Amino acid sequence: MNVIEIKDLVKIYNSSEVKVKAVNGITVDFEEGEFTAVVGPSGSGKTTFLNMLGGLDRPTSGEVKIGGINIWELSSKKLIDFRMNNIGFVFQAYNLIPVLTAGENVEFIMHLQGKPKKERELRTRELLESVGIGDRIKSRPAKLSGGQQQRVAVARALASKPEFILADEPTANLDSKATTELLELMAEMNRKYNTTFIFATHDQRVMDKAKRIITIEDGKIIKDEEFDQ
Amino acid sequence: MLFSISWRNIWRNKVRSLVIIFSVALGIFAGVTSTAFMKGLAEQRIQKVIKSELSYIQVHKKGFRQNSELKSYIPGAAALTQDIRKIPHVTGASRRVVVQAMIASAETATGVLIAGVNPEQEKQVTNIHEKIIDGAYFEGIKKHPVVIGKKLAEKLNVKVRSKLVITLQDTANNVISGLFRIAGIYTTNNNMYDESHIFIRIGDLLELTTLPEDVAHEIAINIDDSENLPVVETQVKNLAGGLEVMDWKSLSPEMNYLTEAMELYMYIFMIIILLALLFGIINTMLMVVMERTKEIGMLMAIGMNKFRIFSMIVLESIMLSLTGGIVGIFIGALFSKWRSIVPIDLSMWAQGYEQLGFDAYVYLSLDPIMLVNVTILVIITGVIAALYPAYKALKNDPADALRME
Ligand SMILES: Nc1ncnc2c1ncn2[C@@H]1O[C@H](COP(=O)(O)OP(=O)(O)O)[C@@H](O)[C@H]1O
Ligand SMILES: [Mg+2]
Repeated sequence: MNVIEIKDLVKIYNSSEVKVKAVNGITVDFEEGEFTAVVGPSGSGKTTFLNMLGGLDRPTSGEVKIGGINIWELSSKKLIDFRMNNIGFVFQAYNLIPVLTAGENVEFIMHLQGKPKKERELRTRELLESVGIGDRIKSRPAKLSGGQQQRVAVARALASKPEFILADEPTANLDSKATTELLELMAEMNRKYNTTFIFATHDQRVMDKAKRIITIEDGKIIKDEEFDQ
Repeated sequence: MLFSISWRNIWRNKVRSLVIIFSVALGIFAGVTSTAFMKGLAEQRIQKVIKSELSYIQVHKKGFRQNSELKSYIPGAAALTQDIRKIPHVTGASRRVVVQAMIASAETATGVLIAGVNPEQEKQVTNIHEKIIDGAYFEGIKKHPVVIGKKLAEKLNVKVRSKLVITLQDTANNVISGLFRIAGIYTTNNNMYDESHIFIRIGDLLELTTLPEDVAHEIAINIDDSENLPVVETQVKNLAGGLEVMDWKSLSPEMNYLTEAMELYMYIFMIIILLALLFGIINTMLMVVMERTKEIGMLMAIGMNKFRIFSMIVLESIMLSLTGGIVGIFIGALFSKWRSIVPIDLSMWAQGYEQLGFDAYVYLSLDPIMLVNVTILVIITGVIAALYPAYKALKNDPADALRME
């Protein structure tokens, strides 16, 4: 079953008189439980593509349907709630609220969703344990390593029980050991919760873990391959 | 959770926040203390005027206060005064005959207002007897004693036991004079009053003016506590049907106005302080929003709506201002409380004050309602300071904010 259907997606930036076609007509579908890498050289349009898919950046044209809903036809208020309930985000950096502990960061999104305290606390503990840092629940992000911070970010992204998780270069700031560990963790979460992961990268080691690789160049898909692992 | 995020955010840049907290605390402390000072000054002035000049309530025949005519007297005043004394909370009532007259020493003469009083009764109403700086209150002179103010004594160049001639008109419009001798000299700190008010025995004045025995122009009433003024006033009105009964507020509207004007000035002063602080807070909150562009973008991306972002920033600004505000209010209240028991000594500069009828020692007076209002004003300042920075934060676009340069 297709969770995400993307049709003729185009994004043109009109900054300073130069028109940049960051995404130039992408049509692609994602299924439930996918573990997919979006790859391509820097400037090829990966971030722009993911942002439009995640409801963060409005497309110039084309449509993004998630669970049958054309998200760019939602009011901006509804879109925020839609993002909160359906999409998990892992960014390259600035993922966590620095003044909250690891646990509170995970709990925060459930708090926004209005989940009861009991449920929030239980799920927070469970998630932090499954990403392997249950013992750091009371640590603030500054006290955690880059790899640990990204694990908290993955736990946070999973906390809202989203349809899928978008991760834009989640390993860009990590060393190779932490990169491998984070990828393994994401793969494990993908299996455990059957949550779709779509991540942008230009790191070969990251690509190797993907079950599907979509290659973008100049805002267009030039390759779409699936692997059996 | 929003609360604890905002609160913890304040402490991310400790020095910067402490500078703001400290300035707000200082400003509010200054505001609270000077308000308590001014209020204390005003209340003291009023108490003084009540105690030495006005008394709480006065009874006159209608028209006396306008024309000051000798014949505008209260008949049967002696009995009425007796009855008034029986009213609960009344601590004294003095029957007075008040006449305008000329007073002359060997050197010079001047116009004064003479109050003919019963010294014992008068002691229960005004405190002139405590203000004697030379001689004694109606003591030491057997025949025709007079008590005059220090300023007048200087003007007439007289001292205790000096002779004075009082000249006035009697009921038949005859000009008559009486020879008096100074028993005591008082000073109330109000030079204008001291220069124009003298006291003699009511019997002496009745005799000079040929007025009937039991009359008065004025009955001055003292009570135990200003709280009981309305109750007593109603009862006096019941007893003194047809007469004019006035409390100190209507006797001296300018005194009453003094408190109101003072209060208004204080709020204006407070608002000016807060306005000055406002710009500091706006500046800090703007820096906060700029520094956290990416973080705010992330919060918007993961599901914080505009209202919550707005609230988070407004809350942070309120907490920042209120922390300083509460510290300032607390220290200001403590200081004012202390200084309401141990007065501030202004004797170094008292010369000028005393001339205006103010005291050299000021007991601060703190109004709890003022503290509540200041707290509200501080919160409002926090909200106003956050508006523009919060608006800036809402202009953030999560996609732009999160793009790694
Ligand atoms: N806000 C923007 N304004 C103008 N051009 C932009 C903006 N964001 C991205 N671009 C351009 O769009 C193209 C694609 O960028 P991006 O999606 O960030 O690529 P990638 O993530 O693959 O490196 C680049 O040429 C970039 O310079
Ligand atoms: Mg990118």
